[in-house]
Amino acid sequence: MAPAQIQPVPAAAADQIVPEPVRAGIDVEINGESFRHTGDPAMPLLWYLRDVLRLTGTKLAGAHGESGADLVLVDGKAVSAITRPMSTLAGRRITTVEGLAAADGSLHPLQQAFIDEDAIGCGYCTSGWLIAALDLLKRKPHPGDDDIDQLPNRCRCGTQTRVRRAIKRAAAGSVA
Amino acid sequence: MSGTLRLSRRRFLQVLAGTAGALVVGLRVAEAADGPTVPVPPAMLGDDFDALGAYVSIDGDGNVLIGARDPDTGTGTFTSLSRIIAEELDADWSRVSVVSLGLGVENRQGKPFWIYGHQRSGTGDSIPAAWADLRQAGALARWLITQAAARRLGVAADRLRCEAGTVVTPDGRRFGYGGLVEAAGQIDPPDAPLPLKAPEHYTLIGRAARDVDGRAIVTGRTRYAIDHREVDALVAVLAPCPWPDGSLASIDTSAALAVKGVVKVMPLKPEAGVPQGQTVIAPAVAVLAENTWAALQGRAKLKLDWKPGPSKGESSAALEAQAQALLDGGTPPTTRVRDDGDVGKASRKAAHRIEATYLQPWLAHATPEPMNCLVQLDKEQATLVVPTQAPQRAWAVVQRLTGLAPDKIAIEVPRVGGGYGRRLDHDFVAEAVMLAKAVDKPVRLLWTLEDDLTHDFYRSATAHKLSAALDRKRNIVAWDQRMASASALAGRGVPGDRLWTSELTADQLPAGLVPAYRSDWYALASAIPRGPHRGMPHTANAFAVESFIDEIAHSLRENPFDTRQRLLGAPRQLPLTGGGVLDIGRLANVLQLVADRIEWKNWLHSVNGLGIACWHLDGAYVAHAIEASLQGNKLDIVRVVCAVDVGRVINPLGLEGQVAGATLDALSTALNLAITFKDGQVQQRDLKDYPLAGMAQLPRDVEVITVADDRAPTGASFIAMPTAAPALANAVFRASAVRVRRLPLMRELLRLL
Repeated sequence: MAPAQIQPVPAAAADQIVPEPVRAGIDVEINGESFRHTGDPAMPLLWYLRDVLRLTGTKLAGAHGESGADLVLVDGKAVSAITRPMSTLAGRRITTVEGLAAADGSLHPLQQAFIDEDAIGCGYCTSGWLIAALDLLKRKPHPGDDDIDQLPNRCRCGTQTRVRRAIKRAAAGSVA
Repeated sequence: MSGTLRLSRRRFLQVLAGTAGALVVGLRVAEAADGPTVPVPPAMLGDDFDALGAYVSIDGDGNVLIGARDPDTGTGTFTSLSRIIAEELDADWSRVSVVSLGLGVENRQGKPFWIYGHQRSGTGDSIPAAWADLRQAGALARWLITQAAARRLGVAADRLRCEAGTVVTPDGRRFGYGGLVEAAGQIDPPDAPLPLKAPEHYTLIGRAARDVDGRAIVTGRTRYAIDHREVDALVAVLAPCPWPDGSLASIDTSAALAVKGVVKVMPLKPEAGVPQGQTVIAPAVAVLAENTWAALQGRAKLKLDWKPGPSKGESSAALEAQAQALLDGGTPPTTRVRDDGDVGKASRKAAHRIEATYLQPWLAHATPEPMNCLVQLDKEQATLVVPTQAPQRAWAVVQRLTGLAPDKIAIEVPRVGGGYGRRLDHDFVAEAVMLAKAVDKPVRLLWTLEDDLTHDFYRSATAHKLSAALDRKRNIVAWDQRMASASALAGRGVPGDRLWTSELTADQLPAGLVPAYRSDWYALASAIPRGPHRGMPHTANAFAVESFIDEIAHSLRENPFDTRQRLLGAPRQLPLTGGGVLDIGRLANVLQLVADRIEWKNWLHSVNGLGIACWHLDGAYVAHAIEASLQGNKLDIVRVVCAVDVGRVINPLGLEGQVAGATLDALSTALNLAITFKDGQVQQRDLKDYPLAGMAQLPRDVEVITVADDRAPTGASFIAMPTAAPALANAVFRASAVRVRRLPLMRELLRLL
């Protein structure tokens, strides 16, 4: 048989929806859009992204983000999303992997470089590599091998040599 | 709305005439049932990309949708399987999309019938199986389109040719596939299998293709099983017992249940008499909640007392001592795996003898995507999203626990975040199904990395004691291998005399090359769960054997490349006990290729250490040459070369990625990784304790050499695993004069320096 489709939750009819009063919460900007978190302030950013906003490109990477798959940019710096409670993020600007491409869908040069170098294994940790590499390129537009060596990410598929090439390719393309 | 499926006798491939005027070609591995036409669920025939029920679908605009039947765990199957089909179809690759088929199962008198045939990943047989039957799917679609064009144009079909999604007439006119598919769907397929393309006409096979999911992955749009959010499911996390054979002594759930969002707390335990890998891995307490954060908080607030089982007495150190005692003592082996010639006699007459023991640790899988499973269950059907390497095995677990008819179990298999053998087992599926049954709601089970590391089906530690005897001409005349390990097959319904088969092979080097060769296996008993692991059993055996050959060379004051060449001897084909042949010429060739590339002639005088190793497995051949330097305590892997001969190469870029990737994975493991346990408890809880290598520790490049070969392709996802570690250890020996006989390498090297 064909794979059955997971059934979505039925939506309430429009006339049953009663607007809620505006609730207090933590305001954050994520990928250029404004959001207000009204739940548990102790909730880590990772679960806010994945469970509440359903932005699942940022992955679970261990209780302390050890593998780097949960990296996001907070005000331009790479941060492990599981280690940051929402309470610390009021007014912050957050970029996830879903926010790297331009609004018209054109890819960031680093994303294109990962495709060009086929720097993808299973792909689970790729978003973390992209975020860490962006952070690096921001600090060092033309990173050397020793700079790239400092990336915190871990990858069991063994894509590190291709990731290195992708970062160099992106750096070479950006005449900074 | 239902289409018709024309079934015919003795026909494997079928044409499914789609509702949207699409041509859909499916394939059955067994004989189709006799009969006229039967209704087909519209979902199989529509142009809904998520519900493809066949291998190839071409719509009226010429867009091609290919269904990939094997899971892609990072092994590139979505890409390579599709290229195999697209080649025979002469598709325009830029217009091809690929989807995961998910499990294909039908109900045949209550028994499952696997309509897609092979559905497994990471066991080395995806490509060989696809080569055997999937090419026909592409060939049939092309044949039908050509016939349709012939009828329309009044030109004989054999005067037409196909090229990149178009039919080309002798006078150069071109007709896109899209305009022909409706007519093609009305044509009867031929009775006999179609001829396949000659390799010289290949335009896709043998040429580089990037991962078909690349764009979706770099934009974060790929949905792994762990990412499914379309179902309103309870999130379940587990607090597992530290001992797989322990039990719950007391439980206080009040604080956990007080967490906002926590819905239920319930214990789970393995079912008695069910083989490992098909039921709950260890007793556990599940916390079910409305979201992940609540579930994790609830778990942290559980008050649990676990009562240990007999495994509390176990430690990895004691097991290692037991292994060494077995290998050193006079106890007969559990299994004599091979016994050629008279090892005792040959050794007594020998001019020179050498012996060494190699110890390798327990290993975990540490998959990037943790174990997880989404289950939707009711009386009539089960729908699951499972990150699995073997959907048919996952089906068996669901069927046993639900009793549903075979075709009432649907399993979606999105791209998987790494497998390495871990996802050939489905304990986590059993857990999720048990929970969904208990709460009568959809359940999304989530393990954490810590759960994965402490509750795995580990690779057993191994101990190898190797002895060789040499004659006056420096030929190895006797080889005695003793190996001790805890079989990955124990507790899985495998008879005692077959438990060795997960641990070593009867054909591994240097079997067949030495006149007197004996291989004995000693079983270790352990309650720590074991299971399949990437490259097993070759990786552990190659480390011992290929390190030992270097030691033999050193004791002879000889270039280890020469020692290997002499051992291999003249190109010839040796029969393997497991079927097939060992082609010495192909093995010697990959060895020569890496030696040439790394400039082995400098071996003796190189400032850095050079190391080399070679191996064969499943009809494929691999060699590594590594250059390493040691400055103080800092080991630098300067250069890595790997040559492989895997028969015909489907996707050179994919193969290069698999070979470089396996090389880095093997190096990371050999350098750093070990699981230890004490009082029956695993001691590594996160990646600080189980430190996968970072960029700085790994080589900056892996030079991959691929032998051009026109033999049928073999699997390649773990071909480069076995030889990386011994080549490194051999290079380290040349760089430091320290012979590392125990892994992980860094810890041992620093101890010995």
